[in-house]
Amino acid sequence: MPTLLDKIWQAHLVRQSPGQPDLLFADRHLLHEVTSPQAFEGLRLKGRGVRRPDLSYAVVDHVVPTSGRDLPWADQVAWTQLQALRANCQKHGIMLLDISDPRQGVIHVCMPELGLTLPGNTVFCGDSHTTTHGAFGALAFGIGTSEVEHVLATQTLPQAKPRTLAVRLTGQMPPGLSAKDLVLFIIGQLGVAGGTGHVIEYLGGAVREMSMEGRLTLCNMAVECGARGGLVAPDETTFAYLRGRPFAPQGADFEQAVAHWRTLFSDEGARFDRQVTLDISGLTPQVTWGTHPGQVMDIGGKVPDPASFREPDDQKAAQRALAYMGLKPGQTLLEVAVDVVFIGSCTNGRLEDLAAAAAVLKGRRVAPGVRVLVVPGSGQVKAQAEALGLSEVFIAAGCEWRDPGCSMCLGMNPDTLSPGQRSASTSNRNFEDRQGRGGRTHLCSPAVAAAALAGRFVDPRQYL
Amino acid sequence: MQKFTTFTGLAAPLDRANVDTDQILPKQFLTRVERSGWGQFAFYNWRHRPDGSPDPAFVLNQPRYKGASILLARENFGCGSSREHAPWALLDFGFRVVIAPSFAVIFKNNCFQNGVLPIELEPQMLDEWFRRVRAQEGYVIQVNLRDQVLTGGDGFACQFGVDPFRKRCLLEGLDDIGLTLENEAAIQAHEQTHRQPWQAAVAGVTK
Ligand code: SF4
Repeated sequence: MPTLLDKIWQAHLVRQSPGQPDLLFADRHLLHEVTSPQAFEGLRLKGRGVRRPDLSYAVVDHVVPTSGRDLPWADQVAWTQLQALRANCQKHGIMLLDISDPRQGVIHVCMPELGLTLPGNTVFCGDSHTTTHGAFGALAFGIGTSEVEHVLATQTLPQAKPRTLAVRLTGQMPPGLSAKDLVLFIIGQLGVAGGTGHVIEYLGGAVREMSMEGRLTLCNMAVECGARGGLVAPDETTFAYLRGRPFAPQGADFEQAVAHWRTLFSDEGARFDRQVTLDISGLTPQVTWGTHPGQVMDIGGKVPDPASFREPDDQKAAQRALAYMGLKPGQTLLEVAVDVVFIGSCTNGRLEDLAAAAAVLKGRRVAPGVRVLVVPGSGQVKAQAEALGLSEVFIAAGCEWRDPGCSMCLGMNPDTLSPGQRSASTSNRNFEDRQGRGGRTHLCSPAVAAAALAGRFVDPRQYL
Repeated sequence: MQKFTTFTGLAAPLDRANVDTDQILPKQFLTRVERSGWGQFAFYNWRHRPDGSPDPAFVLNQPRYKGASILLARENFGCGSSREHAPWALLDFGFRVVIAPSFAVIFKNNCFQNGVLPIELEPQMLDEWFRRVRAQEGYVIQVNLRDQVLTGGDGFACQFGVDPFRKRCLLEGLDDIGLTLENEAAIQAHEQTHRQPWQAAVAGVTK
């Protein structure tokens, strides 16, 4: 009885020979400015070309400023990187969503939006959060720059087959909670390396009831517990999302595609290498307290005592994390001051996320001294949010309403934290220095982040 | 790719779990488009204080570990971002080998692509190596990939495992794109047989 992973793997096997990794065909190869220049340079040095420019799609997202990007950029090196991507795409005939393209956005937001990721696809990209695309029932994962070069040259990738981990969710999602709370909870349960070497397939009623946007969030952070990929079997929600998208099949082709997509699920009795069952009926809003996404707690809970961890390595890590974060064991986050709120990223920069934040922000004002950045995940998200009046809510509340890009998720553009500043962030990594040197990042959902406009953490459910 | 057969070098202990690639190569340098010259930025925020001066407290700044080329680390080394700039930085900084209980998958793949050997050992065995490296200044380790053996300067030794295909690539310095291109016929056959009408209609239509 094959799993969903087995089915996709089998359909993409170009070659299988003993003593070598399987060779997989790449249906979609996504490119961005940071991890591709050295790959194109490698091709040039070897006199190789791009085998399938028609299956390669590029966007600029990591280094773009999120305001005034049409003006000369302050960062000349970043500008050079953008020029390199432009030149490479032009030379090889690859579609590029440039800064002036209304479809431009964070790669894992704008590509699915165009209907580029389809169920059963393989999607490779030089970016660890490529796992996002697994929300469509596609096998999608991040690769390094040498592998980017490999895919450009051959449209294939040698790859050992990952193991499978079924995460079965039982119980109903409590009201007012989101996929972000759920995925933070899952990572906390599995541990920050708990999914290493596995593709996680999310199963259970809560997943079936989840919107595409929620599923994208869920799969986006699969990599944060080390997983190779995340998977949600496609269903009516998936098909409805894809219907009519510019790069999705159209008309009769679409119906034929759906008929095939309906076969993409793990068969009854399929064997997973590992299974974990989690009851989510008691889920509460989640916030990280430490410096990796597995160091997470209930918003109303108490910061753990490092001594309470069993493994000496975890104890040391917790001690170090608390020192970096400026927190004490036993403290509650509800009394911790927040300086910056960041709403955006490939985790939570979609329309549903902005709507959840706006629901909390409506009629409220950002507390003095607090900075709130709202960065839509793509040009389309931005346009939709403006059409729905969400942007007015943000602006009336005193937030900054910016242009799409990765922004403060990793602070490669001018949007960064200053040393010691504390953020409530809807992004995916709370690593030391990630959002700016010495910055203290607390990962949370859009609703939790929005509620922090008060200048401290607040349980957003009291506003709903 | 640089071949890897036998390598002997000074070992340095980095006693932290979950060292992520943002720490190995901080993002403020990621805008460079070159493939070389990354060593100066390796562990930049740990090697330097915010004012740019060297931080003597960081282990790799200690004189006894100057010139180290084998890094001992803890579990889940290389987690986070897929940036291959991390192994480029390690390699250019001088490291040819990283020994840890476990690695993040993308980082591990990236190491192999660049002739950096990631070695996984049981945590207890790693503790032993940490102890020896700390106890004796100038402790060198010999890494013999063909026989899959680590031997310390004091004669302490252990075996390690490695994927046979990766081993072959390193020993022979194989170009794996070249290897894949030998399968041109199979790739073409796949392209021909996996072209459902609805898939063919997809790519490029609205470009
Ligand atoms: S939003 Fe953040 S995690 Fe997502 S692609 Fe950009 S930098 Fe990476």
